[in-house]
Amino acid sequence: MKYTFFIFFVISCLTTFAQAPPGDLIIRNGTVLTITKGKLEETDILIQKGKITAIGDHLKAPSGIKEIDATGQYIMPGIIDAHSHIAIDAVNEATHPVTAEVKVGDAIDPFDLSIYRALAGGVTTSHAMHGSANAIGGQCQTIKHRYGVLDPSAYKFEGAARTIKFALGENPMRVHGEGRGVQPRTRMGVERVIRDAFQQGLIYKEKWTTYEAEKKKNPNVPAPLYNERNQTMADIIDGKIIIQCHSYRADEILMLLSVLKDFGVKKITFQHVNEGFKVAPELASFGAMASVFSDWWAYKFEVYYSTAYNATILTRNGVVTSINSDSGELIRHLFHEAAKTQRYGDLSDDEALALITINPARQLGIDTKVGSIETGKDADLAIFSGHPLSIYAIPQITIVDGIVRFDKAKDPADMRLYIDPEEATPTYYGQEDVDGCMRDTEFMFSHRH
Amino acid sequence: MKKYTIAFCCFLFSTLLLKVHAQQVEKSTFGTFALTNAAVETVTKGRLENATVIIRNGIIEAVGPGVSIPPDAQVIDCKDLTIYPGMVDGGTRLGLQEIESLSLTQDYDELGELTPEMDALTAVNPNSVLIPVTRVSGVTSVITYPSGGLFPGTAALINLQGYTPEQMYGGFKAIVINFPSSGRRGRYDKRSDEDIKKDGDKAVKKLNDTWDRVRMYASIDSATTGKADYNPELAALVPVLKGKMTALIEANKESDILAALKWIKEQKIKAVLTGVAEGWRVADSIALAGIPVITGPVMAMPTRDNEPYDQAYKNAGLMQKAGVKVALRTDEAENVRNLPFNAGFAAAYGMGRDEALRAVTIIPAEIFGVADKIGSIEVGKRANLFVSTGDPFEPSTAIKYLFIDGWNIPMESRQTLLYDEFLHRAPGMTTQPVPGKS
Repeated sequence: MKYTFFIFFVISCLTTFAQAPPGDLIIRNGTVLTITKGKLEETDILIQKGKITAIGDHLKAPSGIKEIDATGQYIMPGIIDAHSHIAIDAVNEATHPVTAEVKVGDAIDPFDLSIYRALAGGVTTSHAMHGSANAIGGQCQTIKHRYGVLDPSAYKFEGAARTIKFALGENPMRVHGEGRGVQPRTRMGVERVIRDAFQQGLIYKEKWTTYEAEKKKNPNVPAPLYNERNQTMADIIDGKIIIQCHSYRADEILMLLSVLKDFGVKKITFQHVNEGFKVAPELASFGAMASVFSDWWAYKFEVYYSTAYNATILTRNGVVTSINSDSGELIRHLFHEAAKTQRYGDLSDDEALALITINPARQLGIDTKVGSIETGKDADLAIFSGHPLSIYAIPQITIVDGIVRFDKAKDPADMRLYIDPEEATPTYYGQEDVDGCMRDTEFMFSHRH
Repeated sequence: MKKYTIAFCCFLFSTLLLKVHAQQVEKSTFGTFALTNAAVETVTKGRLENATVIIRNGIIEAVGPGVSIPPDAQVIDCKDLTIYPGMVDGGTRLGLQEIESLSLTQDYDELGELTPEMDALTAVNPNSVLIPVTRVSGVTSVITYPSGGLFPGTAALINLQGYTPEQMYGGFKAIVINFPSSGRRGRYDKRSDEDIKKDGDKAVKKLNDTWDRVRMYASIDSATTGKADYNPELAALVPVLKGKMTALIEANKESDILAALKWIKEQKIKAVLTGVAEGWRVADSIALAGIPVITGPVMAMPTRDNEPYDQAYKNAGLMQKAGVKVALRTDEAENVRNLPFNAGFAAAYGMGRDEALRAVTIIPAEIFGVADKIGSIEVGKRANLFVSTGDPFEPSTAIKYLFIDGWNIPMESRQTLLYDEFLHRAPGMTTQPVPGKS
């Protein structure tokens, strides 16, 4: 009996030494920017099975565990991009002003090199969004950047809130009104398209409620015809989906708030929302959130009256605000985009970093899992050579679920997972960024957004 | 009597209104300024502590720790602040573009392949809202250039203040050449490899044919002492042919850069390479040819899928280390204000802070032949400078004062005015009841 126990003990020791399970890790002696609980100097973070299990000084760790020395370096939560179009091979289903039934989650592309490049900027999670061609676009997909995994469904962020893309203003007006000759061609039309879709959802929902009630009395009563589009609208009304609405002008933002009030919908994050600063008190009192660019403006008329102080004004008025990329290039330096709020405004380090961590996590319904460094949360972390708000800080290591997915010291130049056998030498593409909001509508227009 | 009282009151009221109006528009001021107790990053002569900079008649009159303050000077205490020369962006569309998606607000891309006589300075809008937004970041001068086609036009160096293009002109013009590319125009360029090669060869032939015509035109023109037939396109290129005017030659792909270097050598022209995204691959060749480079944006994607994620960040530094004279550009219009951040990334990824600062100050000034006027804090130079709380590449640094040609420029733009108005919106407005909708 004693002997059996001894053998068991030896075997368990051996396995521990031989290979720590994936997702086990200890990071030693770094400056930890927790976001929610201040800055901790010379602190260790213990990670087990992909979760943060302890944060503290001189932590005891299981022997054999992989160790990262972060002396002199800064550790922040993995950066979250609340608006992105990387890792998907379709963006716009630009065939109807309302396409609530389509799902970006069906178009995940694990071979997209942009995922690795985002990791190299400390970004561990992104919100893969439908584009802005339709007033009501498709459902979006929050993903974790598990680059190297080949199963598309393995990128989906488990337990993330369902989200859907709405779009106001020029894009749906151009694509449908000007491009296809159907409503909406004006901001009046955009309101009607959205109201009508909600009304259809409401009628549909009532049909099913009636049916469920009837069925109890008469099991043979025929069910209403299933309709994914209307069902999705009904789910929004029932609070099961967070709206993520592409918007720019103050008037259209107010329009949507008024529509949502009429249908009792409460969950919304306005995306881009360049004129959000003009209606910040209205956004705050509704409880709407905002995800903005740090400084993009003047690329079209509806963003001409913008200000880079947008994030600061929204934050100071009590709106939960994030800074996003909407770009395969910009996603690589969101830490710098957040830092710009210290030039355009006076946000503290914690406030600035919250814009790319805990705030986008709230907007995507994943704030209990990621967005800050706390025990019990997912071990999604980014290690920087200096303070991430400094222009001179360079991302060193990015960790997703306790697994190192980017390590600058061991970065091989060529990180492609799929190599076209017909391509003799890698093609020169120039430096353009193709992961934008209006992808798949280029056949109609020539410029961006 | 009462009539007079009313008239007097009206007069008082109107002067009051005028005064209020005057206060709303902050204007630049000119005169003699003493910036005291400052650290000075001269760029060319090291860093000075506790120094004074005197500005008079638009010129830097004195720099140094022991400088006495003229009695007529307006003193600006710069304790804990640092003075830098104004930054120069080597390539923008500033003044030529107001709104990117509205073609009628774009004046940088004229119809035609051969339009070198199109003069960017003509179309610079001194009242562009983009200009104050840019300069409050410390960028005081930019190259603004036409694009599109083989010879899109003539670029100009402009200072970011003035009521007319002539007041803004910075003393340098150059002919822009888009060197024929053998590569794809991007991921959506669906031409076959064969078609790309054919188009490339055709463009090279067109470039050489044009150059032959210019040479012919120039010789007829000199033989007839300026009586050659009217041909503004060819006439615009003659100064480049004769080495009297610089050509800004855009080339980005490795093979295109090499082809451009060869062409420059053959034609014996004065040239600067622009773009140069793959310059790091052929940095030694560029250095050997002695051709300066204006590269950027630094924050950009790698040009090929097998390249490291940070290749574009490193490009400027790699060329500079190989001995190339490197200036930076944003290639932007509305966000030229990101020039210092592009420089910061170049600095972090190998160039180093001091060289990156040179790449946005004295180096572009040298390339444009205006190093005697701008690009550093030196006595006798034009007073293009800014005063900041520290390193201008750091986002948390605030720019406090800005001088262009000795004008003390207000630190405001439409974006700061919107901030002032909307940070705390005026309270008290009531909502009117509106009928409901179905």
